[in-house]
Amino acid sequence: MALLEIRNLSVDFKTAGGKFRAVDNVDVAVDKGDLMAIVGESGSGKSVSMLAVMGLLPWTATVTADVMRFDGQDLLKMPARKRRQIIGRDISMIFQEPMSSLNPCFTVGFQIKEALKSHLGLDRKQRHARAIELLEQVGIPAPEKRLSAFPHQLSGGMSQRMMIAMALACKPKLLIADEPTTALDVTIQAQILELLTDLQKNTGMALILITHDMGVVAETVDRVAVQYAGRRVEEQNVVDLFDDPHHPYTAALLAALPERAHNRLLPTIKGVVPGQFDKIDGCVFAPRCQFADARCRAVPPKPAGKELGDALCHYPLIKGQPQNKEMSA
Amino acid sequence: MLQFLFKRLLTFVPTFIGVTIISFAFIRLLPGDPILLLAGERGVAPERYAELAAQFGFDQPIWRQYLDYLGGIFQGDLGISFTTKRPVLDEFFTLFPATLELSLCAITLAVIIGIPAGVIAAVNRGKFFDQALMTTALTGYSMPIFWWALLLIIVFSSGLGWTPVSGRMSLMYFFDTPTGFMLIDSLLSGQEGAFRSAVAHLILPTVVLATIPLAVIARQTRSAMLEVLGEDYVRTARAKGLSPLRVNGLHALRNAMIPVVTVIGLSVGTLLAGAILTETIFSWPGIGKWMVDSIFRRDYQVVQGGLLLIATIVMAVNLLVDVLYGMINPKIRK
Ligand SMILES: Nc1ncnc2c1ncn2[C@@H]1O[C@H](COP(=O)(O)OP(=O)(O)OP(=O)(O)O)[C@@H](O)[C@H]1O
Ligand code: SF4
Ligand SMILES: [Mg+2]
Repeated sequence: MALLEIRNLSVDFKTAGGKFRAVDNVDVAVDKGDLMAIVGESGSGKSVSMLAVMGLLPWTATVTADVMRFDGQDLLKMPARKRRQIIGRDISMIFQEPMSSLNPCFTVGFQIKEALKSHLGLDRKQRHARAIELLEQVGIPAPEKRLSAFPHQLSGGMSQRMMIAMALACKPKLLIADEPTTALDVTIQAQILELLTDLQKNTGMALILITHDMGVVAETVDRVAVQYAGRRVEEQNVVDLFDDPHHPYTAALLAALPERAHNRLLPTIKGVVPGQFDKIDGCVFAPRCQFADARCRAVPPKPAGKELGDALCHYPLIKGQPQNKEMSA
Repeated sequence: MLQFLFKRLLTFVPTFIGVTIISFAFIRLLPGDPILLLAGERGVAPERYAELAAQFGFDQPIWRQYLDYLGGIFQGDLGISFTTKRPVLDEFFTLFPATLELSLCAITLAVIIGIPAGVIAAVNRGKFFDQALMTTALTGYSMPIFWWALLLIIVFSSGLGWTPVSGRMSLMYFFDTPTGFMLIDSLLSGQEGAFRSAVAHLILPTVVLATIPLAVIARQTRSAMLEVLGEDYVRTARAKGLSPLRVNGLHALRNAMIPVVTVIGLSVGTLLAGAILTETIFSWPGIGKWMVDSIFRRDYQVVQGGLLLIATIVMAVNLLVDVLYGMINPKIRK
């Protein structure tokens, strides 16, 4: 049984310009101890889909899904109070901006300990001991002293370690890390990623790593879901994905990696992710796809099947060659 | 912190001097001769007039009078009331507890209603409660105090007979006032019903005086909360699975309080200004009523001394707010 199972998740925002669909029919399946990545450009709905799982979207968002189950429990039908017992205990999330994600008015010790109190009911002494243990676990030196620090006294990397300690407090079964290193220095980025994967191995929790960096994905995770304009366009294990991407978007992302570029110039993907004001009838990637044709622009594609990574494409690639193309041409 | 305090105190010097000039000039700019006013319709003999003028220094040139006033201040002497012949400072300290009691009750009421109301409105932004509250706040803010007080008196005092019309205590009771606070003194007196009478007398003036600060605090809390609720750390708090009460009432409110405390501090000035009107309407024997009466009597010493004391209190409260601000905002705290 999957730890987290989501089918047909959609999120609509009420905006001044009408309804805007930020996430469109996305499936997610995560097993116990999984290490997966969700990759996509900025604005592809990675954060929004995971915030929907956490129930952290603002009131302007409408979340719909056929299935949204965690550890056998239906997150959709669950009363808010029950859901809050899962959030922060069994599922935790850390965010892109560690500095602004910590409350400036409270010490980090206070912020780490409060989940221990509300979820686990530990007493003062137990909370203190556990907090120190957590700081040691995330590699913070002099934990006893650090607990009484205020967030503005910490560096970005240190703040992210604190966020991770906070997220790990109740030994979650699933940790969602939303671009945990984007706001950090390059050297610190590597440290934090290593910390996260070590923790995932040592604790046996599942980890969903949200990133827009294919390079990070290659070194870190086992399985990759590629998201584009609110849709999941492909999902494969990491080796196969790098070896044989089935969706043209994935192929383009991989081709854009510096170490894969054949000439001196980086092949970037032309164009931008369609936003709130772009109306698209057929395939959302058509405006930027080198294989796009009339059918692509008119008819939205369906997932191509398990063996093709469920590529959301009329002409999924095999070894770089579009399939079925002649039949429709 | 000490350095900060010292710096702030230094900035008070020019303000303080400014206040002495304004308070000195203000009452003298009003037409009317204090001696003639005191004498009333009976009039006064020219010899007696000269005698009184000499006694209170009215015969001196204006700059001389100002320097005397200033010199007195530095010796802690604000002069003697022209009408009661009592030292201004003594009168002030006799009457100030009444104002302080009323102001404290009003600000407490404004805070304990205004802050939760602002929080609830922000959390339910755009919904019915929010809109109702904001409309009420705007009404409260723009309502003429005089009219509002009279309306309350007509309904609750004259109409329903629930509350007394004026004063601090029913004439049935008589007791010592060691603290000057009726709520405390009535309890200390041990007289049955005295405390109830003190409360009953306080209710309407408190409501009237609290109205504007309440509206201001509720609005400020709401807008500060709206800003804070969009912050990442509030999302973090919710991601921990904390109850909405803890997320909004602790994580968000604690940050939103930083601007709200400033507004509370600033409304102390408004409060003292409001007290002048409120005390006059309810015959509340505090410094507000004292000031108004003294202005009508052209009691120069009382008006200039009283204004100076009130301004000093406002400055002291502002300093206190700055200190408090540093205490609730860890980024400033050293
Ligand atoms: N509260 C909101 N109201 C309206 N639209 C929103 C809201 N939050 C996000 N969106 C929109 O939803 C889309 C997806 O946003 P999301 O934050 O999930 O992107 P992302 O893939 O996480 O990108 P990034 O890499 O920049 O974090 C974006 O177009 C964004 O503008
Ligand atoms: S459906 Fe067409 S446009 Fe869309 S990705 Fe496939 S080939 Fe490209
Ligand atoms: Mg994001």
